[in-house]
Amino acid sequence: MHEYPITVRIIKIAEDHARKHDATAVKKINLVVGDYSGYVASSIELYFEIIAADTLCATAKLDITRIRPELQCTNCNKNFLREPFSFTCPLCGGEGRPTKIGREFYIKSIEIEQNEGEA
Amino acid sequence: MSENKTVEVMEAIYDKNEEVAKLTNADFTNKGILAINVIGAPGVGKTSVLCQIIKRLGPVKPYVIEGDIEADYDTKLLQALGVEAVQINTGGACHLDSPLIAEAAQEFTLQEGILFIENIGNLVCPAEFMIGEHAKLLITNVTEGSDKPYKYPLAFEKADLIVINKVDLLSYVDFDEEFFMAGVRALNKMAPVVKVSCKNEEGFEEIIKWLENKHASVKK
Repeated sequence: MHEYPITVRIIKIAEDHARKHDATAVKKINLVVGDYSGYVASSIELYFEIIAADTLCATAKLDITRIRPELQCTNCNKNFLREPFSFTCPLCGGEGRPTKIGREFYIKSIEIEQNEGEA
Repeated sequence: MSENKTVEVMEAIYDKNEEVAKLTNADFTNKGILAINVIGAPGVGKTSVLCQIIKRLGPVKPYVIEGDIEADYDTKLLQALGVEAVQINTGGACHLDSPLIAEAAQEFTLQEGILFIENIGNLVCPAEFMIGEHAKLLITNVTEGSDKPYKYPLAFEKADLIVINKVDLLSYVDFDEEFFMAGVRALNKMAPVVKVSCKNEEGFEEIIKWLENKHASVKK
């Protein structure tokens, strides 16, 4: 349920950027969500349509790129995807430590509709 | 006629939570208040550990904000001990957020002490939301099973102090301490791990020392 206020925020950010470019509508929002961001992509999708009604994003499509968390091996320094119940590097058996990969939560870009002739 | 155009945004999405958390934290620091976000699953003994800590704080004044989905048993328990405690009922929400804490903090006259904020019993969302704390105290216990760092990595990664409660039950349960510690240390090299028993009132000295040091660093 904590995705509701964050979805409101996503729509607000998209609208702000759309207005700066004199857009008549937002057609698409490209969102990047790491699996360790604390926000569930499918929950954001669930709220999006309801909250977007009556905004510039009313007909926008939400395109979510999900990022799987990666650990970095403290021995060989390579990044790897974690196996359940393990923090062990599959390449060298070293111990993995958390990285920022998988914590992403940002709007990459939006696609907007503009009236012809306007920059 | 209309045309489509892609606009780069690259803007991180933070709700008001982080903003308010930073302001609240600065306010606590100004008042000489060390704020501790107490996190743990339901039934690990969060309130029991707090009671044991508070008994041993000596001249340092404790304050408590109790977060629960419903009910106020813990607050009444603490108030009966003479502790200034405020109850927050989230009515279903799975974690406390910073606007709730900013509001609850107004109910005290906070000055020079330690504010314990007992979060909702949950190992997931409470780890994700800053609420204005200086440090996170994670409470786990031997009956929960030693796989918890592997299942709830974020809570263990973000903890500043990890307390294992109910060690008096160690001989009755299959708690694999080595497996538990390997998981904790993969995620978190720094946080001290302290074993306690509320039942036998044992193991709390190290926690008190840790809190005193933290409190001193806030007062500077």
